[in-house]
Amino acid sequence: MIQGVQLDMISADMMSKMTSYEKIRLILDDVHNGSVVVLEKGLSPDEQGRLLEATMMEIAPGGFSGIEIETYPAFDGDKSFVQKLFGKKNKEQHLMVIGPVEQLKMLTRDKDRLIAWASAPQ
Amino acid sequence: MFILFRDSDTMAHFLRIKSLFAKLFSKKRSRVGIYGPPNAGKTTLANRIVRDVTGEALGPASEIPHETRRARRKEGVEIKSDSGSKLMIDIVDTPGVTTKIDYHEFLEYGMEQDEAINRAREATEGVAEAMHWLREDIDGVVYVLDSTQDPFMHVNIMMVGIIESRKLPVIIVANKIDLPDAAPQRIKSAFPQHPVVEISGLEGNNMDALYAKMAEVFK
Repeated sequence: MIQGVQLDMISADMMSKMTSYEKIRLILDDVHNGSVVVLEKGLSPDEQGRLLEATMMEIAPGGFSGIEIETYPAFDGDKSFVQKLFGKKNKEQHLMVIGPVEQLKMLTRDKDRLIAWASAPQ
Repeated sequence: MFILFRDSDTMAHFLRIKSLFAKLFSKKRSRVGIYGPPNAGKTTLANRIVRDVTGEALGPASEIPHETRRARRKEGVEIKSDSGSKLMIDIVDTPGVTTKIDYHEFLEYGMEQDEAINRAREATEGVAEAMHWLREDIDGVVYVLDSTQDPFMHVNIMMVGIIESRKLPVIIVANKIDLPDAAPQRIKSAFPQHPVVEISGLEGNNMDALYAKMAEVFK
């Protein structure tokens, strides 16, 4: 049997048809099962806040310890002149990677590159 | 002033009108939340602000993460800037926001297992409580970062995104500038869209600049 980590890559189209609660439940259920979730389009700020709250409610000492989460590209520090001029915001269009903190570790993150290390569930 | 009422109905009517006027004309005091990741120096800063004004402290600070596990509020704190501007606010010191809490981390500080597990449970409730305050009851945010740490951690980007989406006024504080590894410039480059004030909450360095910025941003 192949040992490894399951990646669940979810399209923006699929996420757009789900409610905030459904998105958060899907992510946390996947993470509880030891999967790493990759969202084509990241959660909105409000959804991220709710994901954080739901994560806290499900942490159990000795069991689930929380999530590792990262967006790619990581930040908007180098917006183009046109983006600055028209105030274009594209944070929600970033890829988002979420996984169990025991298995996923972000090694390098900058605006052009994200390197992560993932291990199989114990 | 002493007012005589004919009967209890008249008095009740007067009190209702008085209460209505009080609601209409009293200015609501802003609640300013002190947010940031664990161990950024939030409680040290909250204590510094409250102590400068009232001589009291808001809560204990510690090098062990998640010392603050309940939001603490101090009402009626008057911030004065050197230019004479004044601002009356409520200060809310909140638990450090994170996406993970593992009780094993507390064992490294010499805690017994039961104590560490209990602290982890309380810390998870504290983070959820901090997020609830942000969603419902906060009018402005002082977001505190440790200048010796990477400001690009996702939790910081996420929190500033949430604050922006709620259109709350925010000041980023680059704390711990007294430490040799402090690099507040990294924080400025991470959040160029917001005012950044460099301070040491522990030493009290540059607090006047922070008070001036608070009087400007939260007025």
